[in-house]
Parts: sequence; C-alpha cells; structure tokens
Amino acid sequence: MHSLNVVWAVFAKDLRVEWRSRETLAPMCVFGLLVVFLFNFAFETAHEETLRLLPGLLWIAFAFSGILGFNRSFAAERENGCMEGMALAPVDPSAIFVGKLMANLVFLGVTEAVIVFAAAIWYNFSFLPSLGWLALIVFFGTLGYAALGTIFGAIAANTRMREVMLPVMQFPVAFWILILAVDATSDALRNAASSEISQGLFRVAGISVIFAAVSFLLFEYVLEE
Amino acid sequence: MKKIFPPTIHLAITLVWLVVSLYMIFLYAPEEATMGEAQRIFYIHFSVACTSLLAFFFVFLGSMGYLMKRSRPADDFAYASAEVGFLYCCAVLITGPLWAKPAWGIWWTWDPRLTSTFILWLLYIAYLMLRSYVTNPGRVEVLSAVFGILGSVDAVIDYMAIRWWRTQHPQPVLAGGPGSGLDPRMWLTVFVTWGAFLCLFFYLLRQRMTMARTQRELIQLRRELAT
Repeated sequence: MHSLNVVWAVFAKDLRVEWRSRETLAPMCVFGLLVVFLFNFAFETAHEETLRLLPGLLWIAFAFSGILGFNRSFAAERENGCMEGMALAPVDPSAIFVGKLMANLVFLGVTEAVIVFAAAIWYNFSFLPSLGWLALIVFFGTLGYAALGTIFGAIAANTRMREVMLPVMQFPVAFWILILAVDATSDALRNAASSEISQGLFRVAGISVIFAAVSFLLFEYVLEE
Repeated sequence: MKKIFPPTIHLAITLVWLVVSLYMIFLYAPEEATMGEAQRIFYIHFSVACTSLLAFFFVFLGSMGYLMKRSRPADDFAYASAEVGFLYCCAVLITGPLWAKPAWGIWWTWDPRLTSTFILWLLYIAYLMLRSYVTNPGRVEVLSAVFGILGSVDAVIDYMAIRWWRTQHPQPVLAGGPGSGLDPRMWLTVFVTWGAFLCLFFYLLRQRMTMARTQRELIQLRRELAT
C-alpha cells in the first residue's frame, strides 16, 4: 500500500470514528472554554490588562485541551486492541504517525478556533487586525505541540496512569514551543513591527519542525510490539 | 573493567579526591571580593551542574545505542545515567538557591538558565517515571529510549533558547576567556572539584549498572527455576 494511502486511511478513520462517537472533539472544546471562563474569574482582568494576559491564556487553553485529545488518540486504539493491528500491518509506521498527527491537528485546530472565538467575545478583544499572523503562529506552534503529543500519547498508552504520564512527558519537552508561541502571539496581538513578529514566528516554526521531524523518525520504535 | 580497575579502588580514589577538593574549596581558594564566603559553594554548584548535563548526554548515547544495536548494556547505561544524573540535578537545584540568596538576595528567579536546569530536572523525573510505569516489561527499554532522545533534543534546545532571553545568571566561566578574571588558584579548585564529582559520578554509574545486570540475571535464574 502506498504510504500516502495509509496516511489518508488513518486520518479518515480517525475523523469517521470521531464523527460517530464524538468522544474527542466535544470534550476538548468544552474543556478549552472552561479554561477561558475560569481564567476570566480567576484574574478579573481590566480591559487594558487583557492584552498582557491573553496570549498566555490562549496557549494554556490550547495546551490543556490538546492533552485531552492526545490522550484519547491512542488510548482508544489500545482499548480496542488496534495497536497490535497497526503494528502488524505491513505498512510504513511513519505513515500511521502522519495520519494520526493530521487527525490531532484537525481536532486541536477546531478547538483553537472555538477558544479564540470565545476569548474574542468574552474579553471584548478584536483579533481581526492580527488574524493572519495569529493563524501562522498558532499553526506552527500547534504542529510541534501535536507532533510531540502524538508520539507521547502513543508512549503513554503503554503505561499505567497514562493520564498522568502524558502531561509529565509533554510539558517539559514542549515547554519552549509554548513559551516562544506565547511570545510571538503577544507581539502579534500588540501589532508590533512585522519584522519582530516574523522573528518570533521563525523561532516557533524552527523548534516545531525539529520536534516534528524527530518524532516522525522515532515513531516506528514506539509502535513495534 | 572490574579486574583492571576494581570498584573498591575507584571508591577510595573518589573519597580522597573529594577530601582534597573540600580542602581546596575552603582553605586553598582565595575569598571572592564581592560575594565573600558564600561564593565557595560555586565550586560544587558548577561541578554538579556540568555533570548533570553530561549525564543527560549519556542518556542520549545509551538510548541511541539501544535503539540501534538493541544492546542491554546500552540501556543499563542510559538508565544508570538518568538516576545518577537526577541526583546531581537535585544537587544543582539545592546549591543554586543557597548561593543565590546571599549573592542576589532571592532564592529563585525564572531566569533562562535556572529555567532550563529546572526543565532538565523535570525531564529526568519524566524519564524515571516512564521507566517505572510501563505496563509491558519488555517494552520499557524502547519506550524510554524514545523519550530519552526527545528529551535530549529538548535539552539542547534549552541551551540554545537561553540566548534569546536576558539572563541574570553569571556568564559561563570556562567560556569567559582571559577577561573573566578568575584567580589561578580558583581555576585549579574548579578543575579539581569538577574532577572529584565526575569521579564520584562514574563510581555511582558503574555500581548502578552492575546492579541492573545482577537484577536481570536474578530474574533469568528465577524463570529457569520455575520452568
């Protein structure tokens, strides 16, 4: 089977399962909204402080809802005995990784759109002037974050207490992606000079691509039984 | 290795070396002009910090070795390095604040270098937790090797990302060049102390590796007896 077909098969399967069961996307969105909601009352921000807090708030909401999704991603396969099936299938394991990663990107992407929309309304903040930059930064930050989440989700599915193990592995390794993304997002929302924003974007993108590439190369070892 | 350089002799050398470095830290090295006596903790802080970073590099080497050759000793090496490295990393996080309080007036600050040491500590914890929580015993080595490599990539990025932040931490002494103005006696003390802590590190490492091997042999024997 051609690798691209495998990627598509895994990706389409994950979306179809999600369409029928609605077990991943709905909890992610609800959880993301809850984070934004709680944040509002935990800090009671005045309008002028919003700009300072918003980038961090957005990325914390993205990160937490992401963890929820990554945990489901392979736990569901494990429960149904599909991990063995995937490991035994005569296909390139990296293709399975890419398919899984794409599904996770879609789930997290939708969640992020919902979170940004909610933040725009609840914090009375217009994202429109910086939407292009924001979309690029969020895309690249999410790429690296989801790549790590996909491989760590697969590792955590092999452990006891996987709900704990995933964030314990994910947060220290994804730390710089999040921090640099918060930095770049804050530049974008402030409407800083585009040279400044693009520098931040390149840092996020660089680190994300490194992590995505290493995860891609290592995934075959995680899948083997 | 055991025949040429028995552990008991290694231990004896380590102890003597540690005593010599203690003497040099407290009696031989001159007092630092601005920070006074508290600065003497620097020799230990610096030695354990360098060694804990080196230990994660060993985790990387062991993990790569295991994934490529599937050799048990490589995995033992990675595991032992992680355990001893974690110990050293704890020592960094203890000696650091003890020195920071008199020197900066605060115990802790989220300065990039402190942050990256803290992340290294978290990586050690995650690695060791992962090793004890994998359900299928036959998969521990591979899964922890994958995490070890991703963690090492993160550790390297840590030390790159530092340059993108302003830092309160002193610039690295070794890279400071002649301008860093360290007294020659201080230099000597730095190297002797670092040597002593490296020697201790390797002693603990080899003992831990021997322990892992014995443990595996024991499990093997039990299995043979049972069948």
